[in-house]
Amino acid sequence: MKFLRKILDAQKPNFEKGGKLERFHPIFEALETFAFAPNHTAPKNGAQIRDAIDLKRLMMTVVIAMIPCLLFGIWNVGEQHFLATQQTATFMEKIMVGLWITLPLILISYTVGGLVELFFAVRKGHAVNEGFLVTGMLIPLIMPPTIPWWQIAVATAFAIVVGKEVFGGTGMNILNVAMTARAFLYFAYPVNMAGGSDVWVYTAGQKINTDAYSGATALSIAADPNVKDAVASFGDFFSFQNLFIGNIPGSIGETSTLMVLIGAIILIVTGVGSWKIIVSGFLGAYLMGLLFNILPNDNNAFMALPAHYHLVMGGLAFGIVFMATDPVSASQTEFGKWIYGFLIGALTVLIRVFNPAYPEGIMLAVLLMNVFAPLIDYFVVEANKQRRLKRLKLKAA
Amino acid sequence: MRIKLTKGFDIHLAGKANQTLVDSIHSQTYSFKPSDFKGIQRPKVTVNEGDQVKAGTPIFFDKKNPQVMFTAPVSGEVVAIHRGPKRFPEEIKILADPKIEYVDFPVHSEQSLASLSADKVREILLQSGAWLNFLERPFGIIPHPENTPKAIFISAYDSHPLAPDYEFVFKGEEKYLQAGIQAIAKLSPGKVHIGIKADANSLFKSLKGAEIHEFSGPHPSGNVGVQIHHIDPINKGEVVWTLTPYGLRQIGYLFLEGKYDASQIIAVVGSEVKNPQYYKTYQGVPVGGFLVNNLKNENVRIISGNVLTGHKINQEGTLAYYDHMFTVIPEGNYHEFLGWIAPSAKKLSFQRAFGLLSFLSPKKERALDSNMHGEERAYVQTGVFEQVLPMDILPMYLIKAILARDFEAMEALGIYEVLEEDFALCEFIDVSKTDIQKMLREGMNALLEA
Repeated sequence: MKFLRKILDAQKPNFEKGGKLERFHPIFEALETFAFAPNHTAPKNGAQIRDAIDLKRLMMTVVIAMIPCLLFGIWNVGEQHFLATQQTATFMEKIMVGLWITLPLILISYTVGGLVELFFAVRKGHAVNEGFLVTGMLIPLIMPPTIPWWQIAVATAFAIVVGKEVFGGTGMNILNVAMTARAFLYFAYPVNMAGGSDVWVYTAGQKINTDAYSGATALSIAADPNVKDAVASFGDFFSFQNLFIGNIPGSIGETSTLMVLIGAIILIVTGVGSWKIIVSGFLGAYLMGLLFNILPNDNNAFMALPAHYHLVMGGLAFGIVFMATDPVSASQTEFGKWIYGFLIGALTVLIRVFNPAYPEGIMLAVLLMNVFAPLIDYFVVEANKQRRLKRLKLKAA
Repeated sequence: MRIKLTKGFDIHLAGKANQTLVDSIHSQTYSFKPSDFKGIQRPKVTVNEGDQVKAGTPIFFDKKNPQVMFTAPVSGEVVAIHRGPKRFPEEIKILADPKIEYVDFPVHSEQSLASLSADKVREILLQSGAWLNFLERPFGIIPHPENTPKAIFISAYDSHPLAPDYEFVFKGEEKYLQAGIQAIAKLSPGKVHIGIKADANSLFKSLKGAEIHEFSGPHPSGNVGVQIHHIDPINKGEVVWTLTPYGLRQIGYLFLEGKYDASQIIAVVGSEVKNPQYYKTYQGVPVGGFLVNNLKNENVRIISGNVLTGHKINQEGTLAYYDHMFTVIPEGNYHEFLGWIAPSAKKLSFQRAFGLLSFLSPKKERALDSNMHGEERAYVQTGVFEQVLPMDILPMYLIKAILARDFEAMEALGIYEVLEEDFALCEFIDVSKTDIQKMLREGMNALLEA
């Protein structure tokens, strides 16, 4: 690797202060630090040794945690495709179809997002922050496989500019960036995001034979006012086991609760994702589901749905594990994380059951709680301040 | 009282001091550096180059606080006075006599010390320079003689990486430690508190006139600020004083023997030191003498103090006033191919993100270098600083209040209760690689000036 180091060392002066390409220093720096951890040493004063962790590693850990979801998603896009078109196919054929659909989306998301990040880094003269490593992977995973390429490009650019850079960049955003991308598409191009049963499955232009394969999701069945008993209507296809394993139609990376749980374990063991948010999120959804089971349900089949089904349907698990735990947009106090996670879970089920327009609640629940997270933190911080004041008053008394 | 702390992190470094003591390294010159003290405003040097001084002769004071004398650590000739910007005196260098001569202060027995008035004690401490052993919180500054602390705190163990073992250093000094307590107890209407390590057969346990508290838990349980927080926290408007056992011994010695004795046992440690051990020397000693034929490598970082709160010095550097150790570690000025993702059990991390395997062998002694392992970034991670700060304080919110210069929030979030050393572990584990100790000091300076 000395060869590579030599090239970098030779080019470095051009990008430094006074060099010809000084403006583009962030680009050079991003490339250089990707190849080599920098040779910076601790400053004269202060901690003389530093922890081996850095932001790149932290972010890559989240990406690694998403890989099970990604791999399963690739297979499942192929699986659903062949189910819908009623063909038999081998494992490899399913993977090939999945890659054909998924890879371009990932490439577009990383390319567009990376360029926007570089543009702002050069413009503002700061280093490229690594937050986009995660966002760039999250965005394709929460999209339906049929999403047009230009839409994912526009959504990515919108989310980074309006969701993040206008607030000051990485670390300053109020809303989860990937969820902002999804919300943007949902409200701007609803047909492509939730337009009935044909968005969730890639059919290569063929019409789905709805007798054999509906293409609908479990959520839309449960939300259907004509459905009296959701679990019965689910049939074998949406059995609890299938919902858990995830061989069902849906957004690319979110269908498999099992894969999400593997990701959750990676996040919790590495300490990168808050276990408090994850646990309280699932707990909130489950308890809310139980509550609706008890309440009189006016023929709303969704209310009567057994609570544990909520945990494996739709994007709840994926959203709680990978999006609610985004440390920047989540509650930042430890006690606040319990409340924040719990409310995301509870709100998701609430929205699912009572919002007739759209049967999935996790997107709006996360965004809503992103907005309320600072308020939760405010009360936790105030409580800390009050304890200090109370100590003083006790003394004076 | 017994206090169990669970938060924190012990950093196990290679190069721990053997329990051997060398008495023979006598340096030629010793330095006094006004910049070792916080908040000196109008410095005045009272000696000239060529003057002869004794150990305990005033050489410097702050016109803002003129009763506090800064005195020579050794007797000899003032050979150099280096000044920096605005003629601020950076260093006063004294060429030591072969045999140290001392300024005479009154000699007391334990009985006569008991009957000494607080004013008299204060006067002797101020004149002799031993006053500088006190640090006043909030802010960690030299206390004004007219201030009365609500209590005085001493931590009887240093939990920093490779720090000197006080049980070894102060063995046989119990008499002076005891006299020190007798003297300082007169300066506060409150108590003298000593924090010792739980379950250790500490020699400090037998001291009288002080309240003993046992602490257990990882670093920073030995930080006096953490101990204060759990014993009798500092509220707005209150001041407390702290000192180390080094200061306590010096004060006791001053009253019993009538001499300002700046000798102390220091540790020279670190993975790059061939023979890490203890030395008896004087405050302000240059590091050079300890490193002759004693270094394993050339590319090293020499630190006055410990790896968390110390500062980098060069081969000519000297021991800072409040430091009692030199640490020598490898300098981390290298590029590491794919160093940001390559798995490693060698590099230490408090965290367990992908590839950071040090948590599998937490007790292993590692030779850590000064590499930053990353670059400064925006704050992203939350909830980790809390895990290394065993205080009811929200570190990230306090840091952000400082960055925003929000004085009310700084105060409400507890800035009066902490000093840089208490936040040093936060700086160590910070993913965003920011200089938290420096920021904290800037916040305190802003409050002091406001």
